[in-house]
Amino acid sequence: MQSDWLFIGLFLLIVALFPGVPILLAGLISPHKSSPTKSQTYECGLETVGDTWVQFRVQYYIFALTFLVFDVELVFLFPWAVAFGQLTIFGLMSGVIFILILFVELIAAWRKGVLEWA
Amino acid sequence: MNFIIDPISFIANWLMNLLLSLGLSPIVSNVIVKFIGAFLLGTFGFSLVIFTIWLERKLYARIQDRFGPNRVGPWGIFQTFPDMIKIFTKEYITPVGADKIVYNLAPIFSVSAVLLTWAVIPFAPTIVGTDLNVGVLYLMAVGSIGALGIILAGWSSNNKYSLLGAFRSVAQVVSYEVPMILALLIPVLLGQSMGVNSLVYAQDVWFIFLSPIAALIFFLSCLAETGRAPFDLLEAESELVAGYQTEYSGLKFGMFYVGEFLHAFTISALMATLFLGGWRGPWAEQVPILGVAWFFIKAFLVYFFVVLIRISMPRLRIDQMLNFNWKFLTPLALVLLIITAIVEKSFMVIAPSLNLMETAIPWVRAGLHLSVNLIIILITVQILKTHRVKEVQIVGKPRLVAVAPEPPASVIS
Repeated sequence: MQSDWLFIGLFLLIVALFPGVPILLAGLISPHKSSPTKSQTYECGLETVGDTWVQFRVQYYIFALTFLVFDVELVFLFPWAVAFGQLTIFGLMSGVIFILILFVELIAAWRKGVLEWA
Repeated sequence: MNFIIDPISFIANWLMNLLLSLGLSPIVSNVIVKFIGAFLLGTFGFSLVIFTIWLERKLYARIQDRFGPNRVGPWGIFQTFPDMIKIFTKEYITPVGADKIVYNLAPIFSVSAVLLTWAVIPFAPTIVGTDLNVGVLYLMAVGSIGALGIILAGWSSNNKYSLLGAFRSVAQVVSYEVPMILALLIPVLLGQSMGVNSLVYAQDVWFIFLSPIAALIFFLSCLAETGRAPFDLLEAESELVAGYQTEYSGLKFGMFYVGEFLHAFTISALMATLFLGGWRGPWAEQVPILGVAWFFIKAFLVYFFVVLIRISMPRLRIDQMLNFNWKFLTPLALVLLIITAIVEKSFMVIAPSLNLMETAIPWVRAGLHLSVNLIIILITVQILKTHRVKEVQIVGKPRLVAVAPEPPASVIS
């Protein structure tokens, strides 16, 4: 059990080094001829106008929040699914009711217009 | 003999014994063996990308009736190496006002998130990075880091179009995680385990036959997570210049591409593992090395479909894509989960009283699940037919057209 997570830990290190080291090496051997003009933002091919980090559409944020609600609740279903073989009918029904609550949530969000992009 | 059948564990055992005989403590030698294993797995993942880049370019070219790379090596198979050398020697151009630390971290994140997935994918019964008992949960957790890389890249570039790409990834990549997790629950429910290797052992009948809808939902939402056509709204080149990677250059830009190509193959491997029986095939359990062959045959078959979809589908609009996720895939997955749970439980209760043969039980179970799935597909198609969009709604008023004004009544008379 512990050695499983030991592997994950070592793999984490290696996985960070695999893209990291080539980027570092390429930085050493590639030319360094920076100039103010070159390092300007490209953006869309025209000169930049105004700030970049401005207020943005709230819709993106609402989608992220909806995702969070679902994601947190779905994690609770995994233990239920793993222990499915030993569940009684009561256990099955409580899981099904939990999913139905999720479904009601989805419909509520739909009715409230959360899922509309307009 | 053992070496031919199962080389990887043979070498691992041999190395372990060697280190122990050198007088190292078991913990230290364990760490060394695991480190070498992890290093080999990472190298393997990276070398696979070199191959899949060539394969994808070649497939593209053949589908578009071109030759594709055909100069460097036989069939242009070494084309990726000159490209790599070229991109390796390119200058890094960092835009002014970029958030330096985050800007440099983003390409590393986007590659390592995908590479981390390979730790739990079993290539053969014995050849697996590590068989975590919460493997599916790990896949979920690691899968979300990829979105983080894109968001960081878009945010730190000091570019409005990159930022817009990053926001789109919030809406898209993050949203499609919901049906993906729901679809992942179905193999977990059918196999009653979260370990990826034990899920492969549970597939006496492939899960794609037990639940084709779950396989389809998983495939589509994984495809959306990779951010490639037809779901490439994060880097839509006709709308957002190049999305989150506009301001990157040199190898940092290349790393995003490595991450993308690796992700495309990773979802094929996941699909093969979770729904197509992974390494299972004739004689795979006796000869583990054959399992590797079965696994890669299946993975490349799925990969072919990934490429085919990328090349033949036009890009979706963002509202269409979100509607498809939240109003079609998610409700369908929820309904499927409820029905699969009830059917599986009723089969468990009824099966002992039917006096079936031991070998027939998985097939009866598969037939039951398959027929229920087909009924769900039929009902879904009927519902979709009744809600079909019959005509396109025209937004805004009709344009004014220059017409001759009505002459005053007095003139006519």
